Amino acid sequence: MLLENYLMFVAASLAFLVTLGLALARALMGPTVYDRIAAINMFGTKTVLLIAVLAFLSGRMDLLDIALVYALINFIGVVAVLKLVVYGDFHSSGKDITKPVKVDQR
Amino acid sequence: MAFKYGVFLFMFWLLLSGHFEPLLLGLGLASVMLTIFLTKRMYVIDHESYPLHLSSRLPTFLVYIFREIVSANIDVIKRIMTFSDSSISPRLIEIPLPQKTDLGRAIYANAITLTPGTVSVELTKETIIVHALTKETADDLSTGNMAKAIPDQDIN
Amino acid sequence: MIIDILSWLLLVSGGLVGIVGAVGIHRFPDFYSRQHAAGITDTLCAMLILLGLVLQAGLNLAAFKLVLIFMFLFFTSPTTSHALANAARHSGLKPEVDSTTIEDRSRD
Repeated sequence: MLLENYLMFVAASLAFLVTLGLALARALMGPTVYDRIAAINMFGTKTVLLIAVLAFLSGRMDLLDIALVYALINFIGVVAVLKLVVYGDFHSSGKDITKPVKVDQR
Repeated sequence: MAFKYGVFLFMFWLLLSGHFEPLLLGLGLASVMLTIFLTKRMYVIDHESYPLHLSSRLPTFLVYIFREIVSANIDVIKRIMTFSDSSISPRLIEIPLPQKTDLGRAIYANAITLTPGTVSVELTKETIIVHALTKETADDLSTGNMAKAIPDQDIN
Repeated sequence: MIIDILSWLLLVSGGLVGIVGAVGIHRFPDFYSRQHAAGITDTLCAMLILLGLVLQAGLNLAAFKLVLIFMFLFFTSPTTSHALANAARHSGLKPEVDSTTIEDRSRD
């Protein structure tokens, strides 16, 4: 591969690492639990893009399948964590609860 | 209906794998059959989960929404870079929800959330509560220009 | 050659937009306004990066998979944002607002 092309993937990966660090800082600091979940969601989205860039950086196109699966797992995971936080368990359908559980917002 | 989507899913498998050995084709066929069986049991094969009747309006809508997303993104980026207390004025507004079908409502709420600067917070029967970052985005949404661009069409 | 320059531009601007979004989630004052900053990385940043990669991939299966990744992000990210904002509002988290145009209907 050409050196310039190699460098452009390196530049994009470095930018992603900065973004991931900032998102992780918000997840650790975040005053409310929703800030943390939003930061983790953003972290996941950036990870998907980072894996896609890494696939081109290393020339192994199999990694694109992993990025695809990670995009799905990220979505399911965030919704599951959100459900756990709001309802306290995984099996309530949401319609059963007229009044959501009071959440400790930290 | 189910057969059509089975063919569609099998083509999807072929595109994802890129292999044509008999074993892999057999495995693909088996997983397509399992998926069709499970979705039929769940009664989710209908016009709501596969909105093919809206596909004629899809290109115009996509062009519109991409243009909106890019311009809204540039606006929010400017506000982040020049951040002071006066550059944002967050507010909650309530705007009407003119779509008739559930699918149209879902597309409208998703389009509002996709454009940075507005996030749909809660849907009621006739209205939608939106958190807007600035007065301009809130006013822009209140004009209802976006609501007109949403594909909203009954099956009949 | 032109394609390489274009993907350079797209990838670098995509990375910069991502960093700006991450700075935004530190600068904005409360949860709801941070959602707008997080929305930037979900939409414009993903668009720029994946478009730059598609230009590098050319017309093959890899490009198709990149488009597929973009479609998944395009469909799932607004759903997640809405679910988060809705859950926060239902649990009684109040947004910091300049002027409320609707009366506050938190459920206590």
